[in-house]
Amino acid sequence: MSTNQTSHHQMTFVQKYIFSTDHKVIGMQYMITGLIMAFLGGFLAYGFRMQLAFPGEAIPLLGKMTAGQYNEFITMHGTIMIFWVAMPVLLAALGNLLIPIMIGADDMAFPTLNMISYWVFFLSTVVLIASFFVPGGAFAGGWTAYPPLSANGYTAHGWSVGLGGNLWIIAVALEFVAFLIGGINFIVTTFNMRAPGLTWFRLPMMVWMMLSAVLIFMFAVGPLIAGAAMLLLDRTVGTGFYNPAAGGDPILFQHMFWFFGHPEVYVILLPTIGVLAEVMTTFARKPIFGYKMIIYATIGAGFLSFVVWAHHQFIAGIDPRMATFFSITTIMISIPFSLIIFASIATLWKSSITLSTPMLFALGFIGEFLIGGVTGIYLGSSAFDIYVHDTYFVIAHFHYALIPTVFFGGLAAIYFWFPKFIGRMYNETLGKVHFWLTTISFNLVFFPLFFSGMAGEHRRIFDYSMWKSLMTPEIMNIRIISTLALIVLFLSQFIFVFNMIKSALSGPKAEKNPWKSNTLEWQADSPPPHGNFAQTPVVHRGPYEYSVPGRSEDYWPQTSAN
Amino acid sequence: MAHTTQTVDISEVPNGRAAMWWVIASEVVIFGGLIMSYLLFRMRYPQWGEYASHTSTPMGALNTLVLLTSSLTVALAHKAATEKNIAATKKYLWFTILGGVIFLIVKSVEYTTEISHGYTITANNFWSFYYAMTGLHAIHVIAGMVAMFLVMQIDVNKGRNLHRVEMAGLYWHFVDIVWIFLFPLLYVAK
Repeated sequence: MSTNQTSHHQMTFVQKYIFSTDHKVIGMQYMITGLIMAFLGGFLAYGFRMQLAFPGEAIPLLGKMTAGQYNEFITMHGTIMIFWVAMPVLLAALGNLLIPIMIGADDMAFPTLNMISYWVFFLSTVVLIASFFVPGGAFAGGWTAYPPLSANGYTAHGWSVGLGGNLWIIAVALEFVAFLIGGINFIVTTFNMRAPGLTWFRLPMMVWMMLSAVLIFMFAVGPLIAGAAMLLLDRTVGTGFYNPAAGGDPILFQHMFWFFGHPEVYVILLPTIGVLAEVMTTFARKPIFGYKMIIYATIGAGFLSFVVWAHHQFIAGIDPRMATFFSITTIMISIPFSLIIFASIATLWKSSITLSTPMLFALGFIGEFLIGGVTGIYLGSSAFDIYVHDTYFVIAHFHYALIPTVFFGGLAAIYFWFPKFIGRMYNETLGKVHFWLTTISFNLVFFPLFFSGMAGEHRRIFDYSMWKSLMTPEIMNIRIISTLALIVLFLSQFIFVFNMIKSALSGPKAEKNPWKSNTLEWQADSPPPHGNFAQTPVVHRGPYEYSVPGRSEDYWPQTSAN
Repeated sequence: MAHTTQTVDISEVPNGRAAMWWVIASEVVIFGGLIMSYLLFRMRYPQWGEYASHTSTPMGALNTLVLLTSSLTVALAHKAATEKNIAATKKYLWFTILGGVIFLIVKSVEYTTEISHGYTITANNFWSFYYAMTGLHAIHVIAGMVAMFLVMQIDVNKGRNLHRVEMAGLYWHFVDIVWIFLFPLLYVAK
């Protein structure tokens, strides 16, 4: 089941870096694939935002945009950012890199299965990118793929049963398979392979959050797999599951999509909360506030996340009594997450904070995510939601929830664990420049959209010139500011790429524990060898024992007996 | 599970068995989504009972019997494997695969009859659900047979990793239980 430890020195390049069974290599593969896809998703956003800011003009690098192409771009932007960036970077990459080493194991429970998981994911990426080049272009029915639009085979270039949409469904299905395989591996590894002494309540928060996230994913994704299979049958065989004319029901797909889609938000959010716990305790030199409370809140939120989905469907014609129920559950789920955010802030209280790049991103996450979370409470109330549904207010809301989660959380993690897994230090100055440019431009992109949304700007419109009230100079200025800021946001990320590549090649060597942190991964070499630890660590204490009175050092590694 | 460093199986459930239970859990929600959708339609349209009367209850009952018997043989294969009786393990695994083959043959005869009477997948939504649900189940039957065949070829024949017979058996029981839900929903309830 496990790879042979003694033979890894003779492995070829392909065995070591391409078809590797080492959890760290697989984690890096997920990470790099996800980050490359982030640039593709960002570039698509550049395309459709330019069309909105300068309608009908030729866009640099793309030329004039057609309405079909616009739909294709917004659809693929959403699909890529959720399924090919957020999921691989936060769940698959961080889970693979961190779970085994944080629990003191040499690898995952099923290393070969783990490798298969990545290559299924890779195949899904190839299928998705290939769909851009088939006749009719990529899928253009919106990332939520609502029928009857999606069932009728709408693609970028007209109403026809396009191959692009079928490839889209197949790519998403393959990706789910990859993450189901990976998720089962995460669960079994966490249950069975913890180092001696590492009890449940000594686990780092990161591991708890990963476990919760994959469990939520596993139970939420099933109905959508069934629903996607039915959609594929509607498109290819001609069944009428979602076709009202044939006695089907398009709302059924919305239910299946959001039964997965809303828990998915927490699947992405929980790993970031784990990152937050690790980064903030290390750079605040304080134990986490309310360790057990955070875990119980997460478990509660996990259950609640399965009964909030219909708040995406308040205008779909659902029973108003049902809307009331889902309003209540949606507003209720803000309670556990408020607890978690308050616990994070309490962790900072009277601590000694170092504003390094990962800490900046972690603090940035709290500030920015609060805006997304608070507007989420507004939207959870059906009375308000009906007014702003499908406007840019909603766009601004979920980007304020997702960009802090995916990019602030992901970048905090990348900077924080870079020395461990690459073995060299990143450039702190470039990191801070990257943080400030990202934060300022991100807010300039999305904050104005709250106002244009309140003014009635409807989403998924290629050209607003038919609506004179949405072509006022004020709203046009908002579009232009937002688009220019997006270009700055996009270009700022190249500072990060430069920093990562340059530091990986020639940064100063990192020691084992550069941040003086407690958890097990910092006891392994930087970078850890295949098998991680020279001998299995024995755990004596919890992960966040910082600044314990009476000790000469302000940290206390989990492996240290006294 | 032979692992190179000494980690503890804190849960006391072997890795393989734990993973198989989670595979089954994730499959339950896939079939659950499909069955829930079917039930919602079925409750909305009482006339689906009339459509269901065109499915062959005797054929379905025969297949139920075949699958239940194959569940018995796979349990006997597991018992033989725990006793390290290779010959008996192989014998019972072959019986189980034979059960799968008979199931698929009966299913094919059913499909052929139904299609020749005009009840195709696009006839109406009841038949769409019928083919989607039984088709997905048939794919799982094939997957279970392939899994048993591979376990036999790779491991049992060489007398190693006999615990994998249990994993294949768990999966086969799951496939069986799905049918236990499909049979009344699609054949019996009129």
